[in-house]
Amino acid sequence: MSSSLVSVAYIGAIILFILSLGGLSNPESSRRGNLYGIVGMLLAVLATVSGPRVTLDGLPWIIAALLVGGSVGLYAARKVQMTQMPELVALMHSLVGLAACLVGFANYIDPMAALNLSSAEKAIHEIEVYLGILIGAVTFSGSLIAFGKLSGKIGGKPLLLPGRHFMNLVGLLVVIVFGYVFLHAETIDAGMIALAVMTVIALLFGVHMVMAIGGADMPVVVSMLNSYSGWAAAATGFMLNNDLLIVTGALVGSSGAILSYIMCRAMNRNFISVIAGGFGTGGGTPAKKGEAQPAGEVVSISAADTAELLREAKNVIIVPGYGMAVAQAQHAVNELTQLLREKGVNVRFGIHPVAGRMPGHMNVLLAEAKVPYDIVMEMDEINADFPDTDVAIVIGANDIVNPAAQEEPGSPIAGMPVLEVWKARTSIMMKRSMATGYAGVDNPLFYKENNRMLFGDAKKVIEEVVKALQH
Amino acid sequence: MAMLIGIPRETAAGEKRVATVPEVVEKLVKLGFRVAIESGAGEAANFSDDAYRAVGAEIIAGAPQLWAASDVVLKVAVPTSAEVNLMREGGTLIGFVWPAQNPELMQQLAAKKATVLAMDCLPRQLSRAQKMDALTSQAGVAGYRAVIEAANVFGRYFNGQITAAGKVPPAKVFIAGAGVAGLAAIGTAAGLGAIVRANDTRAEVADQVKSLGGEFVKVNYEEEGSGGGGYAKVMSEGFQQAQREMYVQQAREVDIIITTALIPGKPAPRLITAEMVQSMKPGSVIVDMAAERGGNCELTEPGKVVVKHGVTLVGYTDLNSRLARQSSTLYATNLFRLAEELCKTKDGNINVNMEDDAIRGLTVIKDGEVTWPAPAPKMPAPAAKPAVAAKAPAAAHGHGSSAPMSAKSLALVFGLGALLFLLVGAYAPAAFLGHFTVFVLACFVGYMVVWNVTPALHTPLMSVTNAISSIIVIGALIQVSPSSLFAFDRPDGWIRGLAVVAIALTAVNMFGGFAVTRRMLSMFRK
Repeated sequence: MSSSLVSVAYIGAIILFILSLGGLSNPESSRRGNLYGIVGMLLAVLATVSGPRVTLDGLPWIIAALLVGGSVGLYAARKVQMTQMPELVALMHSLVGLAACLVGFANYIDPMAALNLSSAEKAIHEIEVYLGILIGAVTFSGSLIAFGKLSGKIGGKPLLLPGRHFMNLVGLLVVIVFGYVFLHAETIDAGMIALAVMTVIALLFGVHMVMAIGGADMPVVVSMLNSYSGWAAAATGFMLNNDLLIVTGALVGSSGAILSYIMCRAMNRNFISVIAGGFGTGGGTPAKKGEAQPAGEVVSISAADTAELLREAKNVIIVPGYGMAVAQAQHAVNELTQLLREKGVNVRFGIHPVAGRMPGHMNVLLAEAKVPYDIVMEMDEINADFPDTDVAIVIGANDIVNPAAQEEPGSPIAGMPVLEVWKARTSIMMKRSMATGYAGVDNPLFYKENNRMLFGDAKKVIEEVVKALQH
Repeated sequence: MAMLIGIPRETAAGEKRVATVPEVVEKLVKLGFRVAIESGAGEAANFSDDAYRAVGAEIIAGAPQLWAASDVVLKVAVPTSAEVNLMREGGTLIGFVWPAQNPELMQQLAAKKATVLAMDCLPRQLSRAQKMDALTSQAGVAGYRAVIEAANVFGRYFNGQITAAGKVPPAKVFIAGAGVAGLAAIGTAAGLGAIVRANDTRAEVADQVKSLGGEFVKVNYEEEGSGGGGYAKVMSEGFQQAQREMYVQQAREVDIIITTALIPGKPAPRLITAEMVQSMKPGSVIVDMAAERGGNCELTEPGKVVVKHGVTLVGYTDLNSRLARQSSTLYATNLFRLAEELCKTKDGNINVNMEDDAIRGLTVIKDGEVTWPAPAPKMPAPAAKPAVAAKAPAAAHGHGSSAPMSAKSLALVFGLGALLFLLVGAYAPAAFLGHFTVFVLACFVGYMVVWNVTPALHTPLMSVTNAISSIIVIGALIQVSPSSLFAFDRPDGWIRGLAVVAIALTAVNMFGGFAVTRRMLSMFRK
């Protein structure tokens, strides 16, 4: 295949990738969207392999690597549970980051890459290499930590080192200084040292950045890392003068950036403060607790009484949260939903944009349990309907239904859009205990007059409710 | 000289209400009026003469003396001709008159050169008039009482309960007609814990029904039944057929039916037939609030409680008198509000201002001249939607992606962008600019495309973009092969090693990412 043909194939791949993202605009066309992506990727890889840059003796290596990697990937995709999606996605981001690093290094030690370049072009090329590796390394280590946090291998509490902003600043300065050294390095070996130092700092920065971010902000982090992996690909594209990489990287990068923006808006926080780490303003929350203790009594309810309430209800809204994912309760929830729908109850789901640990997490879980997607509503679609709702069931969610966000201007989550479950005639809160959510804020909902607490493991409790309803 | 307002004792049989209560007398006195009460007028409603006297009212024994002394007489029930005979020439009467139904009474009053304000003729669509709307206040009380009467003869709880002695299902109540009385009944029954359904020919009241905790039962037929002034009109044959079917079904299902359907100037519509009553469960209850006007149910006997086919039919026509104290207090307040409108100078003299829409409507006889019916109010009726269903506007959350940026931040963004492009343009070589163009355009395409992604698919979006970002494999692919073109001193082994690892890593991503996306998307179903 000539290089022109390869370029044309690349254009085809670009179009397919754009169509692929476009296909996700609704569930019906989404499957085709995924197919477009697969075809585009196949086209790009085949064109590259059959193109002039890959010779025959490289082929066995390529095939072997693809086979090994591919089977690992397929195995993981098959094995993964839907509740573990955030971990898997985070882990995959780290792979892209690492690959970007490796390609950057390989490119740097390849004398062919910088052949025939003018001095200005060479400088730009080297900046591209440097930046590509930098972004790749941050993505890699950051995603690994995110994976650790999401899978519970690392605690979810933000790690706030003293003077962390100062440390980050110093790190940035060092990276800039070594960038200068790198650009003016006489030999590859000399440049390598600068490159290595920068990589280490970038790795540390990635670790530090994600460590400082609390569990509730995880959706932002995951989508931000998604964005980074795109920018890493784009930087690699600049480095290799490859438009396909640039376009694809830019697509992925902007996609991740938009998701991060949506997530931040859903928490009424700005991006910088999420990235800067910690919740609220540097651990100022405990001091507030004493005064903001909501008054009132917590009334608990049994599963049987919950079933009774549901039996008499006409409109029910279920608000799932991370607790549903942890308890793997989505199938039980679906059973409950079907039972109620058979009885003519109008059951709908209200999904907060940051419910769960990654954007759209709850939707995927409910889809897995075969809950029809047309009864799964977004927050803005359903919030106005709570006053007409007989029973609102909150399953393992806390901060996203906290009335303090609207009622207490001093609350750390003030101004965050929340699902107004307390406006329903009765709200039932399924929780394991009275513990606070990730934000560490007490929830006045517990003490509201029309709220009932149903304590226990979400899955077990819902199964009990289902059993009681069947009688 | 301040006018004397007189309140006679009601003479109609079974009428226990009184046109003013001590609380209101106090306020009337503050307006400058003198108030006289016929001895024993408030007794049936539990207001003693002493209570009136204590707030400054004069007690006059005997109706003739009171009527003769009063400049303005306040009444509840329609005055009898004997009462009108007692009336002073040129006096003023305020109360229920129903001029359409009582033409002789109107003539008699006109002959007395009286000024008559009929509370039933208030232009109800004026929002200013709501405070004087005695029909509404009395209907509300009656609706409440209807539910209480139903509960009184109904053999079970209204609310569902789970007790040690077993489970009690909630009572099912059907309310025909969702006017003021109907809505009050819905609220009361729902408050007692019953499952409440309601129907009305006016579709716009559905929201009001829901807001009070009832369920609106639709008739399977398209026709708008709003007849102006907050009342319904007579419906077409097809509609009535569909409505009958609905009633047949409801009669079988519910425990209690409360009917409130009235059409002004016509006999009450027959909604519940004898067969429907027969089809109801034994022990069921029907309260017919339209009993006085012939009844919504065929079997109703006005003024009585009867049991037919095992169903208790309540046909009381005096629901308001059965809650006399409450009805009187509300009615008295309505009259006081009217007095305020009539006496804006607060000097104890009334001025029947015919320029005022509300007062014009109320006034059916002015100085002996019949002025009824009043022309339609000058201002257009502000849609027949009372404040009952006033919903709080949905809280405005965030701003959609479509909300334009403020001019200031827009300028800032463009300014920064321009500066950035200037820098790039000044220093970058041509080859780079080509790629840069592609990059910037791709960012925009990505931006446009991704905003269209539905939030439900954000997770698949992430996994598919993740899979796509393994396009970086291309960078690795072209590094695997050692160069055949140049005999360079190239560390082939190293490069190949790095590239192969990179290929393997991205392959995990590529295959895994697409596969897991596929798996997820196949789960989304309607």
